[in-house]
Amino acid sequence: MSKDNQVLEEFTSKEYEHGWNVNLEADEAPKGLSEDTVRFISAKKNEPAWLLEWRLKAYRQWEKMAEPTWANVHHPQINYQDIIYYSAPKQKKSISGLDEVDPELIKTFEKLGISITEQKRLTGVAVDAVIDSVSVATTFKETLGELGIIFCSFSEAVKEHPELIKKYLGSVVPMNDNYFAALNSAVFSDGSFCYIPKGVRCPMELSTYFRINAANTGQFERTLIIADEGSYVSYLEGCTAPMRDENQLHAAVVELYAMKDAEIKYSTVQNWYPGDKNGKGGIYNFVTKRGLCFGDHSKISWTQVETGSAITWKYPSCVLKGDYSMGEFYSVAVTNNYQQADTGTKMIHIGKNTKSRIVSKGISAGKSQNSYRGQVHIMKRASNARNFSQCDSLLMGDQCGAHTFPYIDVENQTARIEHEATTSKIGEDQIFYCLQRGIDEEAAVALIVNGYAKEVLNQLPMEFAVEAQKLLALTLEGSVG
Amino acid sequence: MTTATESILKQILESSTPAYFDKGNEARKKAFAQLSEIGLPTSKSEEYRFTPITKALEKRFTWTSSSPASEAISIDSFLPAIGDTHLIVFTNGRFAKHLSKLDGLESNVVVSTFEDADLKTKSVIQSLLGTISKTEDPFAAMNSAFYQEGIFIHVPANIQVAKPILVLHINDAQAKQVIAHTRLLVSIEKGSDLSIIEKSDSLGTQPCLHTFTEEMIVAESATLDYCKIQNDSGSTHQVSNTFITQADNSRVNTFTLTLNGQIIRNNLTIQINGEQCESHFNGLYLVNGNTLVDNHTVVDHQKPNSFSNEMYKGIMDDQAKGVFNGKIYVRPHAQKTNAFQSNRNILMSESATINTKPQLEIWADDVKCSHGCTTGQLDEEALFYLQARGIPYASAKAMLLYAFALDVLTVIKNENLKAHLDQLISERLHKNF
Repeated sequence: MSKDNQVLEEFTSKEYEHGWNVNLEADEAPKGLSEDTVRFISAKKNEPAWLLEWRLKAYRQWEKMAEPTWANVHHPQINYQDIIYYSAPKQKKSISGLDEVDPELIKTFEKLGISITEQKRLTGVAVDAVIDSVSVATTFKETLGELGIIFCSFSEAVKEHPELIKKYLGSVVPMNDNYFAALNSAVFSDGSFCYIPKGVRCPMELSTYFRINAANTGQFERTLIIADEGSYVSYLEGCTAPMRDENQLHAAVVELYAMKDAEIKYSTVQNWYPGDKNGKGGIYNFVTKRGLCFGDHSKISWTQVETGSAITWKYPSCVLKGDYSMGEFYSVAVTNNYQQADTGTKMIHIGKNTKSRIVSKGISAGKSQNSYRGQVHIMKRASNARNFSQCDSLLMGDQCGAHTFPYIDVENQTARIEHEATTSKIGEDQIFYCLQRGIDEEAAVALIVNGYAKEVLNQLPMEFAVEAQKLLALTLEGSVG
Repeated sequence: MTTATESILKQILESSTPAYFDKGNEARKKAFAQLSEIGLPTSKSEEYRFTPITKALEKRFTWTSSSPASEAISIDSFLPAIGDTHLIVFTNGRFAKHLSKLDGLESNVVVSTFEDADLKTKSVIQSLLGTISKTEDPFAAMNSAFYQEGIFIHVPANIQVAKPILVLHINDAQAKQVIAHTRLLVSIEKGSDLSIIEKSDSLGTQPCLHTFTEEMIVAESATLDYCKIQNDSGSTHQVSNTFITQADNSRVNTFTLTLNGQIIRNNLTIQINGEQCESHFNGLYLVNGNTLVDNHTVVDHQKPNSFSNEMYKGIMDDQAKGVFNGKIYVRPHAQKTNAFQSNRNILMSESATINTKPQLEIWADDVKCSHGCTTGQLDEEALFYLQARGIPYASAKAMLLYAFALDVLTVIKNENLKAHLDQLISERLHKNF
């Protein structure tokens, strides 16, 4: 067993590989949160009065709310007055091409291996790169424009498509939905906006890379995706963050709105700084993600690979309002060292003949705690609803924990609900089998874990699947169950 | 604390006889302080989210006087047909000596109320009472503060108690409401076997509240079989807190059958505090009308190499509500634990609901744990198949439900009891569903 312990030790002492800090001259709001901060952010972004009002309303609601404590995570009290709520990379004039972008930024991307130019040329992915809250480059806009697809930063959308923003902002996640959503609604800095018109099938994967870059900056993204009747879009969100000692707060809101016969596929690879091996630093990731299947026969599918963040608090949900609508949730969450993840989903069945499927795979190692928390709610009028949930946990080492909190609430007799959960470790017999065939221990673990997570990884678009598999292998290097 | 809790607490306090606190009973005072602190549960309390018992207490009960002691009740109709048993009878929360039958117990086996115990036994009770129970649940705290009567059952080492002990609770709410708080303390020492059957019934339509706190200490290599049958009237509110702790090599089989009542809440906590333990706990709830049945179970594996298996099934008809929460804890170092849980439900009507939350919390890596949970309705094709063979719809339905429910009885070893339960379930399904 001592060898196991040794490799485990090695694995658990692995430092974050994407840790570095590029010095961008930030344009920051003063520390702290008040109505003035909200006004400052709104003014900074030249926002119309109605949006400022909306933000202020959210702020006033937030003030009255209390931070939720039900999640299975522990962290020191967050001082909301000790956070800088707005920071923009220095970007004086508006740009039309990549060559005008701050070379520091380009370097940042190159270091991460996601150089925009390269992405553009090789993969055909339109990238809306967000560094510290302000979008700096949007690619492939023209191609998308021809199809009538709007894909731009949130601030741009506010200026150019105010009628859409006015109509849909907060329609899926109301401003007072929860503490962190209210906070986001008050101070959100920027984000992505996407509208797919009737009957259009988006020809490429839309993608945003998020980065958190200046010290002490909470990042408050807001994403809104609207898929009009009969349209289809696949959206990718991926993130890495530089090493930082102080905890950083991230409270994003993502709203998906699918109309009749529309389909939205939303994939995430999250690899923010998880803190060092002693649990110091790391990102607090408190995100509200929700999709509304508004029209009949609509479909929303969430896929997430969560490997980063010190604390993850995230429940991508589907509200299945339209008849025959469908929600899916596929998740792999890996925690190591002192990471804590409390993640899962909610499937709210309102319409008739709605279906949902949940596949969640948790992997905990080191001294981490990994929780699945999910709800399947069948409302009274949701006849013939169908749900299948599976949440498995894999434990590596005897100092971590795996927790499952599924809530199943059924108010309609015709519902058929199945839920199953298992907890296990990587079997010695499985490792032995691989060793016999000349596969070394590390490769065997990677193989077994990849097999364990396959059902979820398979859901990822090609571009992401490669990155996700690499991430899993990297995180689990040297670990033996 | 909410105002509702405050006013109820105040009334409880004013209605209780001063004797409760006069005896210098520190445990009661402490429990009362705790109850005042935690208050009664609201819909915001995670553990009582779906069980509005405080509202019911507020609406239906007056807390002016404590319930009268036992009256002349005939118990014959309440005795289950399970052969010869020892018998302990409680009426309205008081021990009814004249109705009980305790002769023929194995020598040295003690069955006594807390009050009537001899000095030596009293000191044993003192040393055990409250050691394994917790008062985090408001009703456990309420019970610990106000219990009217308690029974102590002690089985010394290496005694196989031949006949089961039947504990019968009858609450007579024909004329007046009943509020009863009773306790049971069981200690089974090394290598001994004991079987307890607990049955509760009630009379009349006045509101009835009965809280139970039950502590069962199962020592090394001992066996406990515990069966609870709840068949109360539609105005009975019950909250039972059952705590079982197991030492090395011990076996525990529990079965809870709920058929009737207004709000029935069962908290069952099994602490596996030894190695090579085996624990089976099954439950079945067949409810209709306005009944709400809420089973919260906890199995806490603190030591390695033990096995637990839980199976709860439920059928809800009319406006009945089912709530289930099953927690499995596997503590650090409890390696090689095997813990399984399943909860299956059938909803029979448009207004019946089920809220279920199976919960696994694992801190050890070399374990096998799983839970499964399903909700559905009867298979139309199976119904059709039976009807096509000339079986009327009602019988076909009852047959299928019976088949669904029956395997929870595997945990019962006593053949008489098994046959009785079988019949009870079958009758209920044919008559009421």
